[in-house]
Amino acid sequence: MRIALRIALAASAALLTLGVAQAQEKTLRIGTEGAYPPFNNLTSDGQLVGFDIDIAKALCDEMKVKCTFVAQDWDGIIPALQAGKFDAIVASMSITPERQEKVDFSHKYYNTPSAIAVPKDSPLKGVTKEDLAGKNIGVATTTTHYNYASKTYTDSTIKGYPSSPEEQADLANGRLDAIEDDIVVLQQWLDSPDGACCKILGQPSPQPVEIFGPGAGIAVRKGETDLVNKLNDAIDAIRKNGKYKEINDKYFKFDVYGAES
Amino acid sequence: MSVSQAVVVDKPPPLARGWPRARIVGYSLVGVWMLFGLGIVAYLIYAWNPEFFARYAPAYLQGLGTTLSLVSISMVLGAIFSLPVAYGRMSRNRILSGLAYCYVYFFRGTPLLVQTYLVYYGVGSFRPELETVGLWWFFREAFYCGVFAFSLNTAAYQAEILRGAIESVPRGQWEGAASLGLHTLQTLRKVVLPQAIIVALRPYGNELILMIKASAIVAIITVYDLMGNAKLAYAKSFDIQAYIWVAIVYLVMVEILRHGVEWIERRITIHLHR
Repeated sequence: MRIALRIALAASAALLTLGVAQAQEKTLRIGTEGAYPPFNNLTSDGQLVGFDIDIAKALCDEMKVKCTFVAQDWDGIIPALQAGKFDAIVASMSITPERQEKVDFSHKYYNTPSAIAVPKDSPLKGVTKEDLAGKNIGVATTTTHYNYASKTYTDSTIKGYPSSPEEQADLANGRLDAIEDDIVVLQQWLDSPDGACCKILGQPSPQPVEIFGPGAGIAVRKGETDLVNKLNDAIDAIRKNGKYKEINDKYFKFDVYGAES
Repeated sequence: MSVSQAVVVDKPPPLARGWPRARIVGYSLVGVWMLFGLGIVAYLIYAWNPEFFARYAPAYLQGLGTTLSLVSISMVLGAIFSLPVAYGRMSRNRILSGLAYCYVYFFRGTPLLVQTYLVYYGVGSFRPELETVGLWWFFREAFYCGVFAFSLNTAAYQAEILRGAIESVPRGQWEGAASLGLHTLQTLRKVVLPQAIIVALRPYGNELILMIKASAIVAIITVYDLMGNAKLAYAKSFDIQAYIWVAIVYLVMVEILRHGVEWIERRITIHLHR
Protein backbone atom coordinates (compact mmCIF):
# COMPACT_ATOMS: atom_id res chain seq x y z
CA MET A 1 0.00 0.00 0.00
CA ARG A 2 2.74 2.37 1.05
CA ILE A 3 4.47 1.89 -2.30
CA ALA A 4 1.25 2.49 -4.21
CA LEU A 5 0.68 5.66 -2.22
CA ARG A 6 4.17 6.87 -2.97
CA ILE A 7 3.75 6.21 -6.69
CA ALA A 8 0.44 8.07 -6.68
CA LEU A 9 2.06 11.02 -4.86
CA ALA A 10 5.00 11.09 -7.26
CA ALA A 11 2.66 10.97 -10.26
CA SER A 12 0.51 13.81 -9.00
CA ALA A 13 3.61 15.86 -8.19
CA ALA A 14 4.89 15.27 -11.72
CA LEU A 15 1.54 16.36 -13.16
CA LEU A 16 1.60 19.50 -11.03
CA THR A 17 5.08 20.53 -12.16
CA LEU A 18 4.09 19.80 -15.74
CA GLY A 19 1.12 22.14 -15.38
CA VAL A 20 3.32 24.85 -13.89
CA ALA A 21 5.91 24.40 -16.64
CA GLN A 22 3.22 24.73 -19.31
CA ALA A 23 1.87 27.87 -17.68
CA GLN A 24 5.33 29.44 -17.76
CA GLU A 25 6.01 28.39 -21.37
CA LYS A 26 7.37 31.55 -22.91
CA THR A 27 10.70 30.24 -24.11
CA LEU A 28 11.00 28.67 -27.55
CA ARG A 29 13.24 25.63 -27.68
CA ILE A 30 15.11 25.34 -30.96
CA GLY A 31 16.66 22.13 -32.22
CA THR A 32 19.69 22.16 -34.51
CA GLU A 33 22.35 19.70 -35.61
CA GLY A 34 25.74 21.20 -34.84
CA ALA A 35 27.73 19.36 -37.51
CA TYR A 36 27.06 21.47 -40.60
CA PRO A 37 29.43 24.43 -40.66
CA PRO A 38 29.12 27.26 -41.50
CA PHE A 39 25.33 26.96 -40.92
CA ASN A 40 25.42 25.27 -37.54
CA ASN A 41 28.38 23.95 -35.65
CA LEU A 42 29.44 23.00 -32.14
CA THR A 43 32.66 24.70 -31.08
CA SER A 44 35.22 22.77 -29.06
CA ASP A 45 33.88 24.34 -25.85
CA GLY A 46 30.31 23.21 -26.62
CA GLN A 47 28.87 26.48 -27.99
CA LEU A 48 26.49 26.38 -30.94
CA VAL A 49 27.51 28.88 -33.61
CA GLY A 50 26.72 29.54 -37.26
CA PHE A 51 24.36 31.17 -39.70
CA ASP A 52 21.34 29.13 -38.55
CA ILE A 53 22.00 30.01 -34.93
CA ASP A 54 22.39 33.75 -35.62
CA ILE A 55 19.24 33.77 -37.76
CA ALA A 56 17.31 31.93 -35.05
CA LYS A 57 18.47 34.43 -32.44
CA ALA A 58 17.47 37.35 -34.66
CA LEU A 59 14.03 35.79 -35.23
CA CYS A 60 13.57 35.27 -31.49
CA ASP A 61 14.47 38.92 -30.84
CA GLU A 62 11.99 39.91 -33.51
CA MET A 63 9.24 37.73 -31.99
CA LYS A 64 10.23 38.90 -28.48
CA VAL A 65 10.57 35.39 -27.06
CA LYS A 66 13.42 33.80 -25.15
CA CYS A 67 15.12 31.00 -27.05
CA THR A 68 17.17 28.03 -25.93
CA PHE A 69 19.09 25.71 -28.24
CA VAL A 70 19.29 21.93 -28.31
CA ALA A 71 21.86 20.01 -30.38
CA GLN A 72 20.39 16.85 -31.89
CA ASP A 73 21.69 14.24 -34.35
CA TRP A 74 20.36 14.82 -37.86
CA ASP A 75 18.85 11.33 -38.22
CA GLY A 76 16.55 11.83 -35.26
CA ILE A 77 15.80 15.52 -35.56
CA ILE A 78 12.21 15.25 -36.89
CA PRO A 79 11.17 12.50 -34.43
CA ALA A 80 12.65 14.62 -31.61
CA LEU A 81 10.56 17.58 -32.74
CA GLN A 82 7.44 15.41 -32.81
CA ALA A 83 8.27 14.03 -29.37
CA GLY A 84 8.35 17.58 -28.05
CA LYS A 85 12.07 17.75 -27.20
CA PHE A 86 12.01 21.18 -28.84
CA ASP A 87 9.50 23.39 -30.66
CA ALA A 88 11.24 24.34 -33.90
CA ILE A 89 14.07 23.08 -36.10
CA VAL A 90 16.47 25.69 -37.42
CA ALA A 91 19.05 23.42 -38.99
CA SER A 92 19.22 24.20 -42.71
CA MET A 93 16.39 21.77 -43.31
CA SER A 94 15.23 21.81 -46.91
CA ILE A 95 11.49 22.10 -47.39
CA THR A 96 10.50 18.86 -49.17
CA PRO A 97 7.13 17.20 -49.83
CA GLU A 98 8.18 14.10 -47.83
CA ARG A 99 8.98 16.18 -44.78
CA GLN A 100 5.88 18.35 -45.22
CA GLU A 101 3.80 15.24 -44.55
CA LYS A 102 5.29 15.11 -41.06
CA VAL A 103 5.98 18.72 -40.10
CA ASP A 104 4.95 22.25 -41.07
CA PHE A 105 7.48 24.66 -42.52
CA SER A 106 7.99 28.40 -42.44
CA HIS A 107 8.97 30.17 -45.67
CA LYS A 108 12.55 29.57 -46.75
CA TYR A 109 15.24 31.58 -44.99
CA TYR A 110 17.95 30.71 -47.48
CA ASN A 111 18.49 28.64 -50.59
CA THR A 112 21.87 27.50 -51.84
CA PRO A 113 22.56 24.92 -54.56
CA SER A 114 24.00 21.43 -54.27
CA ALA A 115 27.51 20.81 -55.60
CA ILE A 116 30.00 17.99 -56.17
CA ALA A 117 33.55 18.06 -54.78
CA VAL A 118 36.42 15.84 -55.90
CA PRO A 119 40.17 15.52 -55.11
CA LYS A 120 42.31 18.12 -56.92
CA ASP A 121 44.06 15.45 -59.02
CA SER A 122 40.77 13.75 -59.96
CA PRO A 123 40.41 12.69 -63.61
CA LEU A 124 36.68 13.40 -63.47
CA LYS A 125 35.49 15.98 -65.99
CA GLY A 126 31.85 16.56 -65.21
CA VAL A 127 29.00 15.83 -62.83
CA THR A 128 26.54 13.98 -65.05
CA LYS A 129 25.42 10.42 -64.43
CA GLU A 130 27.78 9.18 -67.17
CA ASP A 131 30.77 11.11 -65.80
CA LEU A 132 30.38 9.55 -62.37
CA ALA A 133 29.46 6.01 -63.49
CA GLY A 134 31.27 3.34 -61.48
CA LYS A 135 32.60 5.85 -58.94
CA ASN A 136 32.12 5.98 -55.18
CA ILE A 137 30.04 8.99 -54.15
CA GLY A 138 29.69 9.94 -50.50
CA VAL A 139 26.59 11.73 -49.20
CA ALA A 140 25.14 12.36 -45.75
CA THR A 141 22.06 10.13 -45.44
CA THR A 142 18.56 11.47 -44.96
CA THR A 143 19.44 14.71 -46.78
CA THR A 144 18.09 16.08 -50.05
CA HIS A 145 21.57 15.53 -51.49
CA TYR A 146 21.27 11.83 -50.65
CA ASN A 147 17.84 11.61 -52.28
CA TYR A 148 19.17 13.34 -55.38
CA ALA A 149 22.32 11.22 -55.60
CA SER A 150 20.51 7.90 -55.15
CA LYS A 151 17.96 8.86 -57.84
CA THR A 152 20.42 10.40 -60.30
CA TYR A 153 23.73 8.52 -60.04
CA THR A 154 22.25 5.05 -60.39
CA ASP A 155 25.42 3.68 -62.04
CA SER A 156 27.60 4.80 -59.14
CA THR A 157 28.04 3.42 -55.64
CA ILE A 158 26.33 5.75 -53.18
CA LYS A 159 27.82 5.60 -49.69
CA GLY A 160 25.76 6.98 -46.83
CA TYR A 161 27.42 8.87 -43.98
CA PRO A 162 25.98 10.06 -40.67
CA SER A 163 27.02 13.68 -41.32
CA SER A 164 29.15 15.91 -43.56
CA PRO A 165 32.51 15.77 -41.68
CA GLU A 166 32.72 11.99 -42.15
CA GLU A 167 32.13 12.11 -45.88
CA GLN A 168 34.71 14.91 -46.17
CA ALA A 169 37.27 12.81 -44.27
CA ASP A 170 36.73 9.91 -46.65
CA LEU A 171 37.09 12.11 -49.72
CA ALA A 172 40.36 13.47 -48.32
CA ASN A 173 41.81 10.01 -47.66
CA GLY A 174 40.75 8.67 -51.04
CA ARG A 175 38.05 6.17 -50.16
CA LEU A 176 35.62 8.26 -52.20
CA ASP A 177 35.86 9.67 -55.71
CA ALA A 178 33.35 12.46 -55.12
CA ILE A 179 30.99 13.89 -52.51
CA GLU A 180 27.77 15.81 -52.94
CA ASP A 181 26.71 18.48 -50.45
CA ASP A 182 25.55 22.07 -50.13
CA ILE A 183 27.94 24.34 -52.03
CA VAL A 184 28.44 26.65 -49.04
CA VAL A 185 29.25 23.75 -46.72
CA LEU A 186 31.71 22.37 -49.26
CA GLN A 187 33.33 25.76 -49.82
CA GLN A 188 33.81 26.31 -46.09
CA TRP A 189 35.55 22.95 -45.82
CA LEU A 190 37.69 23.53 -48.92
CA ASP A 191 38.87 26.84 -47.47
CA SER A 192 40.01 25.10 -44.28
CA PRO A 193 43.36 23.22 -44.04
CA ASP A 194 41.52 19.87 -44.02
CA GLY A 195 39.97 20.62 -47.39
CA ALA A 196 43.24 21.49 -49.13
CA CYS A 197 43.09 18.11 -50.93
CA CYS A 198 40.00 18.87 -52.93
CA LYS A 199 38.03 21.21 -55.16
CA ILE A 200 34.51 21.83 -56.37
CA LEU A 201 33.94 20.12 -59.70
CA GLY A 202 30.54 21.57 -60.48
CA GLN A 203 26.86 21.77 -59.70
CA PRO A 204 24.51 19.03 -60.82
CA SER A 205 21.93 20.42 -63.19
CA PRO A 206 19.00 20.67 -63.24
CA GLN A 207 18.31 20.70 -59.50
CA PRO A 208 14.63 19.77 -59.43
CA VAL A 209 12.44 21.52 -56.87
CA GLU A 210 10.60 18.20 -56.21
CA ILE A 211 13.82 16.86 -54.66
CA PHE A 212 15.60 19.90 -53.28
CA GLY A 213 12.57 21.97 -52.41
CA PRO A 214 12.38 25.77 -52.44
CA GLY A 215 15.12 26.14 -49.82
CA ALA A 216 15.76 25.74 -46.12
CA GLY A 217 12.87 26.50 -43.78
CA ILE A 218 12.06 26.29 -40.11
CA ALA A 219 10.16 23.14 -39.17
CA VAL A 220 7.52 23.04 -36.44
CA ARG A 221 5.03 20.38 -35.35
CA LYS A 222 2.00 19.89 -37.60
CA GLY A 223 -0.83 22.29 -36.97
CA GLU A 224 1.11 25.01 -35.17
CA THR A 225 0.00 27.62 -37.67
CA ASP A 226 0.37 30.41 -35.14
CA LEU A 227 4.07 29.79 -34.73
CA VAL A 228 4.54 29.44 -38.51
CA ASN A 229 2.87 32.81 -39.11
CA LYS A 230 4.99 34.47 -36.44
CA LEU A 231 8.15 32.96 -37.92
CA ASN A 232 7.19 34.08 -41.45
CA ASP A 233 6.57 37.62 -40.23
CA ALA A 234 9.87 37.61 -38.37
CA ILE A 235 11.74 36.38 -41.46
CA ASP A 236 10.19 39.16 -43.56
CA ALA A 237 11.02 41.69 -40.85
CA ILE A 238 14.71 40.83 -40.57
CA ARG A 239 14.96 40.75 -44.37
CA LYS A 240 13.61 44.32 -44.41
CA ASN A 241 15.39 45.88 -41.44
CA GLY A 242 18.87 44.82 -42.54
CA LYS A 243 19.46 42.30 -39.76
CA TYR A 244 19.47 39.43 -42.30
CA LYS A 245 22.05 41.18 -44.47
CA GLU A 246 24.24 41.80 -41.44
CA ILE A 247 24.24 38.10 -40.53
CA ASN A 248 24.59 37.07 -44.18
CA ASP A 249 27.66 39.27 -44.65
CA LYS A 250 29.25 37.88 -41.51
CA TYR A 251 29.39 34.43 -43.13
CA PHE A 252 29.12 34.79 -46.90
CA LYS A 253 30.33 36.98 -49.73
CA PHE A 254 27.01 36.68 -51.58
CA ASP A 255 23.31 36.69 -50.65
CA VAL A 256 22.36 33.13 -49.69
CA TYR A 257 18.64 33.98 -49.64
CA GLY A 258 18.37 33.27 -53.37
CA ALA A 259 15.51 34.51 -55.51
CA GLU A 260 12.72 36.48 -53.75
CA SER A 261 9.75 34.21 -53.28
CA MET B 1 28.18 -31.11 5.47
CA SER B 2 27.51 -34.78 5.95
CA VAL B 3 25.87 -36.98 3.36
CA SER B 4 22.69 -37.63 5.39
CA GLN B 5 22.07 -33.91 5.80
CA ALA B 6 22.46 -33.34 2.07
CA VAL B 7 19.75 -35.91 1.38
CA VAL B 8 17.37 -34.26 3.84
CA VAL B 9 17.60 -30.75 2.36
CA ASP B 10 17.25 -32.04 -1.19
CA LYS B 11 13.50 -31.36 -1.36
CA PRO B 12 12.30 -27.99 -2.60
CA PRO B 13 10.20 -25.96 -0.14
CA PRO B 14 6.43 -26.53 -0.49
CA LEU B 15 4.57 -24.03 -2.66
CA ALA B 16 2.93 -21.22 -0.72
CA ARG B 17 -0.86 -21.33 -0.63
CA GLY B 18 -3.26 -18.51 -1.34
CA TRP B 19 -2.15 -15.14 -2.61
CA PRO B 20 0.95 -13.91 -0.80
CA ARG B 21 2.25 -10.49 -1.83
CA ALA B 22 5.14 -11.89 -3.88
CA ARG B 23 2.74 -13.87 -6.02
CA ILE B 24 0.44 -10.91 -6.65
CA VAL B 25 3.39 -8.76 -7.66
CA GLY B 26 4.74 -11.54 -9.86
CA TYR B 27 1.47 -12.15 -11.67
CA SER B 28 0.82 -8.46 -12.20
CA LEU B 29 4.32 -7.90 -13.60
CA VAL B 30 3.88 -10.80 -16.02
CA GLY B 31 0.51 -9.30 -16.89
CA VAL B 32 2.11 -5.96 -17.68
CA TRP B 33 4.66 -7.59 -19.94
CA MET B 34 1.97 -9.60 -21.73
CA LEU B 35 -0.08 -6.46 -22.28
CA PHE B 36 3.04 -4.77 -23.65
CA GLY B 37 3.64 -7.66 -26.06
CA LEU B 38 -0.01 -7.74 -27.12
CA GLY B 39 0.15 -3.98 -27.65
CA ILE B 40 3.04 -4.34 -30.08
CA VAL B 41 1.30 -7.16 -31.95
CA ALA B 42 -1.92 -5.13 -32.11
CA TYR B 43 0.00 -2.09 -33.33
CA LEU B 44 1.66 -4.11 -36.08
CA ILE B 45 -1.68 -5.51 -37.23
CA TYR B 46 -3.20 -2.04 -37.11
CA ALA B 47 -0.27 -0.44 -38.91
CA TRP B 48 0.06 -3.26 -41.44
CA ASN B 49 1.07 -1.60 -44.65
CA PRO B 50 1.79 -3.77 -47.70
CA GLU B 51 3.32 -0.77 -49.44
CA PHE B 52 5.87 -0.33 -46.65
CA PHE B 53 6.69 -4.01 -46.90
CA ALA B 54 7.06 -4.07 -50.66
CA ARG B 55 9.24 -0.99 -50.56
CA TYR B 56 11.62 -1.82 -47.74
CA ALA B 57 11.62 -5.62 -47.26
CA PRO B 58 14.31 -6.18 -49.94
CA ALA B 59 16.56 -3.64 -48.22
CA TYR B 60 16.00 -5.37 -44.88
CA LEU B 61 16.91 -8.73 -46.40
CA GLN B 62 20.05 -7.32 -47.92
CA GLY B 63 20.92 -5.75 -44.57
CA LEU B 64 20.31 -9.07 -42.83
CA GLY B 65 22.80 -10.69 -45.21
CA THR B 66 25.36 -8.00 -44.41
CA THR B 67 24.85 -8.45 -40.67
CA LEU B 68 25.14 -12.23 -40.86
CA SER B 69 28.26 -12.25 -42.99
CA LEU B 70 29.93 -9.53 -40.92
CA VAL B 71 29.26 -11.34 -37.63
CA SER B 72 30.08 -14.84 -38.84
CA ILE B 73 33.37 -13.84 -40.49
CA SER B 74 34.34 -11.80 -37.43
CA MET B 75 33.46 -14.62 -35.02
CA VAL B 76 35.57 -17.17 -36.92
CA LEU B 77 38.57 -14.85 -37.35
CA GLY B 78 38.22 -13.80 -33.70
CA ALA B 79 38.18 -17.44 -32.60
CA ILE B 80 41.38 -18.13 -34.52
CA PHE B 81 43.11 -15.05 -33.14
CA SER B 82 41.89 -15.76 -29.60
CA LEU B 83 44.07 -18.93 -29.45
CA PRO B 84 47.44 -17.12 -29.25
CA VAL B 85 45.93 -14.47 -26.97
CA ALA B 86 44.58 -17.08 -24.56
CA TYR B 87 47.95 -18.84 -24.71
CA GLY B 88 49.64 -15.55 -23.87
CA ARG B 89 47.27 -14.89 -20.98
CA MET B 90 48.11 -18.30 -19.44
CA SER B 91 51.81 -18.13 -20.23
CA ARG B 92 54.37 -17.86 -17.45
CA ASN B 93 56.51 -15.71 -19.75
CA ARG B 94 56.16 -12.17 -18.37
CA ILE B 95 56.42 -10.44 -21.76
CA LEU B 96 53.87 -12.71 -23.46
CA SER B 97 51.35 -12.53 -20.65
CA GLY B 98 51.86 -8.76 -20.34
CA LEU B 99 51.19 -8.24 -24.04
CA ALA B 100 48.10 -10.44 -23.97
CA TYR B 101 46.87 -8.72 -20.82
CA CYS B 102 47.18 -5.26 -22.39
CA TYR B 103 45.40 -6.45 -25.55
CA VAL B 104 42.46 -7.85 -23.62
CA TYR B 105 42.46 -4.84 -21.29
CA PHE B 106 42.18 -2.38 -24.19
CA PHE B 107 39.57 -4.21 -26.23
CA ARG B 108 37.34 -5.07 -23.30
CA GLY B 109 37.74 -1.65 -21.73
CA THR B 110 36.73 0.54 -24.70
CA PRO B 111 33.43 0.62 -26.60
CA LEU B 112 33.22 -1.27 -29.88
CA LEU B 113 31.90 1.95 -31.41
CA VAL B 114 35.16 3.74 -30.57
CA GLN B 115 37.24 0.86 -31.89
CA THR B 116 35.30 0.81 -35.17
CA TYR B 117 35.69 4.57 -35.55
CA LEU B 118 39.41 4.38 -34.83
CA VAL B 119 39.95 1.62 -37.38
CA TYR B 120 37.91 3.30 -40.13
CA TYR B 121 38.52 7.03 -39.76
CA GLY B 122 41.70 6.88 -37.66
CA VAL B 123 43.65 4.38 -39.73
CA GLY B 124 42.12 5.89 -42.87
CA SER B 125 44.00 9.14 -42.29
CA PHE B 126 47.37 7.32 -42.66
CA ARG B 127 46.83 6.51 -46.31
CA PRO B 128 50.38 7.26 -47.59
CA GLU B 129 51.95 5.06 -44.90
CA LEU B 130 49.47 2.27 -45.57
CA GLU B 131 50.13 2.48 -49.29
CA THR B 132 53.88 2.05 -48.78
CA VAL B 133 53.30 -1.15 -46.82
CA GLY B 134 50.64 -2.26 -49.32
CA LEU B 135 47.71 -2.46 -46.91
CA TRP B 136 45.54 0.38 -48.25
CA TRP B 137 43.41 -1.91 -50.44
CA PHE B 138 42.30 -3.58 -47.21
CA PHE B 139 41.56 -0.47 -45.15
CA ARG B 140 39.96 1.27 -48.12
CA GLU B 141 36.91 -1.00 -47.88
CA ALA B 142 34.49 -0.18 -45.09
CA PHE B 143 33.37 -3.81 -44.78
CA TYR B 144 36.94 -5.04 -44.23
CA CYS B 145 37.46 -2.33 -41.62
CA GLY B 146 34.32 -3.49 -39.85
CA VAL B 147 35.42 -7.13 -39.93
CA PHE B 148 38.87 -6.07 -38.67
CA ALA B 149 37.55 -4.09 -35.72
CA PHE B 150 34.91 -6.68 -34.81
CA SER B 151 37.41 -9.58 -35.02
CA LEU B 152 39.92 -7.85 -32.75
CA ASN B 153 37.16 -7.03 -30.28
CA THR B 154 35.63 -10.48 -30.13
CA ALA B 155 39.07 -12.12 -30.01
CA ALA B 156 39.69 -10.41 -26.66
CA TYR B 157 36.43 -11.72 -25.22
CA GLN B 158 36.85 -15.19 -26.71
CA ALA B 159 40.38 -15.44 -25.36
CA GLU B 160 39.06 -14.81 -21.86
CA ILE B 161 36.28 -17.37 -22.32
CA LEU B 162 38.80 -19.94 -23.51
CA ARG B 163 41.24 -19.19 -20.68
CA GLY B 164 38.53 -19.36 -18.05
CA ALA B 165 37.22 -22.65 -19.41
CA ILE B 166 40.67 -24.27 -19.55
CA GLU B 167 41.53 -23.06 -16.06
CA SER B 168 38.24 -24.45 -14.74
CA VAL B 169 39.59 -27.96 -15.32
CA PRO B 170 41.43 -28.96 -12.11
CA ARG B 171 45.24 -28.94 -12.22
CA GLY B 172 45.26 -32.50 -10.94
CA GLN B 173 44.03 -33.73 -14.32
CA TRP B 174 47.08 -32.32 -16.06
CA GLU B 175 49.29 -34.02 -13.47
CA GLY B 176 47.37 -37.27 -13.75
CA ALA B 177 47.62 -37.25 -17.53
CA ALA B 178 51.34 -36.46 -17.31
CA SER B 179 51.85 -39.41 -14.96
CA LEU B 180 50.20 -41.64 -17.58
CA GLY B 181 52.77 -40.46 -20.11
CA LEU B 182 50.58 -38.10 -22.21
CA HIS B 183 52.38 -34.99 -23.39
CA THR B 184 50.91 -31.51 -23.08
CA LEU B 185 49.13 -31.30 -26.44
CA GLN B 186 47.61 -34.77 -26.02
CA THR B 187 46.42 -33.83 -22.54
CA LEU B 188 44.88 -30.64 -23.86
CA ARG B 189 43.12 -32.36 -26.73
CA LYS B 190 41.95 -35.58 -25.05
CA VAL B 191 41.48 -34.62 -21.41
CA VAL B 192 41.14 -30.88 -20.85
CA LEU B 193 39.39 -29.47 -23.92
CA PRO B 194 36.42 -31.91 -23.91
CA GLN B 195 35.63 -30.71 -20.39
CA ALA B 196 36.48 -27.09 -21.07
CA ILE B 197 34.13 -26.91 -24.07
CA ILE B 198 31.15 -27.74 -21.84
CA VAL B 199 32.05 -24.79 -19.62
CA ALA B 200 32.79 -22.49 -22.57
CA LEU B 201 29.71 -23.24 -24.67
CA ARG B 202 27.29 -20.88 -22.93
CA PRO B 203 29.70 -17.93 -22.82
CA TYR B 204 30.48 -18.52 -26.51
CA GLY B 205 26.77 -18.43 -27.27
CA ASN B 206 26.43 -15.21 -25.31
CA GLU B 207 29.37 -13.67 -27.14
CA LEU B 208 27.80 -14.54 -30.51
CA ILE B 209 24.50 -12.98 -29.45
CA LEU B 210 26.25 -9.88 -28.15
CA MET B 211 28.16 -9.55 -31.43
CA ILE B 212 24.96 -9.75 -33.48
CA LYS B 213 23.44 -6.96 -31.45
CA ALA B 214 26.65 -4.91 -31.31
CA SER B 215 26.96 -5.08 -35.10
CA ALA B 216 24.07 -2.62 -35.33
CA ILE B 217 26.58 0.23 -34.99
CA VAL B 218 28.38 -0.54 -38.22
CA ALA B 219 26.31 1.88 -40.31
CA ILE B 220 28.44 4.75 -38.99
CA ILE B 221 31.22 3.54 -41.29
CA THR B 222 28.88 3.28 -44.32
CA VAL B 223 28.28 -0.49 -44.07
CA TYR B 224 24.52 -0.65 -44.33
CA ASP B 225 23.54 -3.65 -42.23
CA LEU B 226 20.10 -4.56 -40.91
CA MET B 227 19.97 -1.61 -38.49
CA GLY B 228 21.39 0.81 -41.06
CA ASN B 229 18.68 -0.10 -43.56
CA ALA B 230 16.03 0.26 -40.85
CA LYS B 231 17.34 3.76 -40.16
CA LEU B 232 17.14 4.63 -43.86
CA ALA B 233 13.61 3.23 -44.06
CA TYR B 234 12.62 5.29 -41.04
CA ALA B 235 14.20 8.42 -42.44
CA LYS B 236 12.17 8.04 -45.62
CA SER B 237 8.86 6.93 -44.13
CA PHE B 238 9.01 8.39 -40.58
CA ASP B 239 7.10 5.23 -39.67
CA ILE B 240 8.03 3.72 -36.30
CA GLN B 241 7.29 0.22 -37.57
CA ALA B 242 10.63 0.42 -39.39
CA TYR B 243 12.26 -0.05 -35.98
CA ILE B 244 9.71 -2.52 -34.62
CA TRP B 245 10.32 -4.86 -37.54
CA VAL B 246 14.06 -4.66 -37.14
CA ALA B 247 13.74 -5.44 -33.42
CA ILE B 248 11.67 -8.50 -34.29
CA VAL B 249 14.26 -9.72 -36.79
CA TYR B 250 17.02 -9.38 -34.17
CA LEU B 251 14.83 -11.15 -31.63
CA VAL B 252 14.20 -14.06 -33.97
CA MET B 253 17.91 -14.38 -34.75
CA VAL B 254 18.82 -14.43 -31.07
CA GLU B 255 16.06 -16.92 -30.30
CA ILE B 256 17.28 -19.33 -33.00
CA LEU B 257 20.83 -19.07 -31.66
CA ARG B 258 19.70 -19.66 -28.10
CA HIS B 259 17.94 -22.86 -29.09
CA GLY B 260 20.95 -23.91 -31.18
CA VAL B 261 23.25 -23.49 -28.19
CA GLU B 262 20.86 -25.43 -25.97
CA TRP B 263 20.72 -28.26 -28.49
CA ILE B 264 24.51 -28.44 -28.66
CA GLU B 265 24.70 -28.42 -24.89
CA ARG B 266 22.32 -31.35 -24.63
CA ARG B 267 24.47 -33.26 -27.11
CA ILE B 268 27.83 -32.67 -25.46
CA THR B 269 26.63 -33.28 -21.91
CA ILE B 270 24.87 -36.54 -22.82
CA HIS B 271 27.30 -38.51 -20.64
CA LEU B 272 26.35 -36.43 -17.60
CA HIS B 273 22.63 -37.22 -17.79
CA ARG B 274 21.32 -40.14 -15.79
